[in-house]
Amino acid sequence: MAGPTIDALSQFRLTTGLGPIGRVVNFTNSNEMMLVAVAIIIVLFSVGLRTRSVVPGRLQSLVETLYEFVYGMCIDNIGEEGRKFFPLVFTIFIFILLGNLLGLFPYFFAYTSGIVVTLTMALFVFLFTTGVGFYVHGFRFLKFFVPDGVPGWLLPLLVPIEIISYLSRPVSLSVRLFANMTAGHVMLEVFAGFMILLTASLGVFGAVASIIPLGLNVALIALELLVACLQAYVFAVLTCLYLHDAVHMH
Amino acid sequence: MSGDHEGQSGSQSGGQSFEERLARARDGAGLDRPPPEGKPDTASDSGAMRLAMRLGVEMVAALVIAVVIGWGLDRLFHTRPWLMIAFVPLGAAAGLRNVFRAMGPERKN
Repeated sequence: MAGPTIDALSQFRLTTGLGPIGRVVNFTNSNEMMLVAVAIIIVLFSVGLRTRSVVPGRLQSLVETLYEFVYGMCIDNIGEEGRKFFPLVFTIFIFILLGNLLGLFPYFFAYTSGIVVTLTMALFVFLFTTGVGFYVHGFRFLKFFVPDGVPGWLLPLLVPIEIISYLSRPVSLSVRLFANMTAGHVMLEVFAGFMILLTASLGVFGAVASIIPLGLNVALIALELLVACLQAYVFAVLTCLYLHDAVHMH
Repeated sequence: MSGDHEGQSGSQSGGQSFEERLARARDGAGLDRPPPEGKPDTASDSGAMRLAMRLGVEMVAALVIAVVIGWGLDRLFHTRPWLMIAFVPLGAAAGLRNVFRAMGPERKN
């Protein structure tokens, strides 16, 4: 008997969007969602900031809260120099946040659940912060890998450790976001699949019993909302901390 | 005690500065834990769970990077598998370093 099975991973499959043109240039559903996210961000900000009233309305207040939240994060974590990096941190934060939140809607693709996307962003952050470090400090930035107050004979051991620790940053940064989003979506799909399996195998009793996975899924959606915001925040905060390291070296 | 040492002679100042340097190094490496009130997210179970996940990723990431470097150098110098073996403890140490840094006191700006 080939009954329904739980296929939790097919939701991450990339297909091509935008019809025949998209097929030629490999324009995927992931790219589609990115464009949707960018369009939402642009519309949100241009509409939200059109009124520019002293007492903000709902939309303007949402936009201003987001702006001030990320601005405060930059200043707190990087210091006064954080002003210069605000556009980058804000772009990263809002792009990941929209990706995570849009992915929670049925039939929408969460582009942050692809390791390719998160690793690309993490590698960009890694290369950018390293570049900032060398730009600000020149070759003295290499002293970042030499912990101070350590006897010289330990350095051949400690410097490789520091370098490995530094190189592991993009890996942990990207895997954290990717794993959180993928795990959340798989859990949602598995519990939803339970409902179908229960109904198919136990009939009416199964249909009644499937209220348990349904309730769990409702709770999971709340958790996933939290995770979606939290992971965007974590990615942005870590970007700030890496920039702090690059600017201040300690 | 340390006041005595300081008063006796200049030769003891080496020990003094070692203590200072050790304290500074421990501080920099985040080994001296801050008072617990600074970490509100360990209060709840889900917060602790998230923290555990995060630290696990930090450890494994360093290990993976170390193994990849060792494997690549082995390919380069045809010394398989010795460099990879040598890099595994380095990666483990770097992973622990990551964990200490992640759990350490908040940075002063």
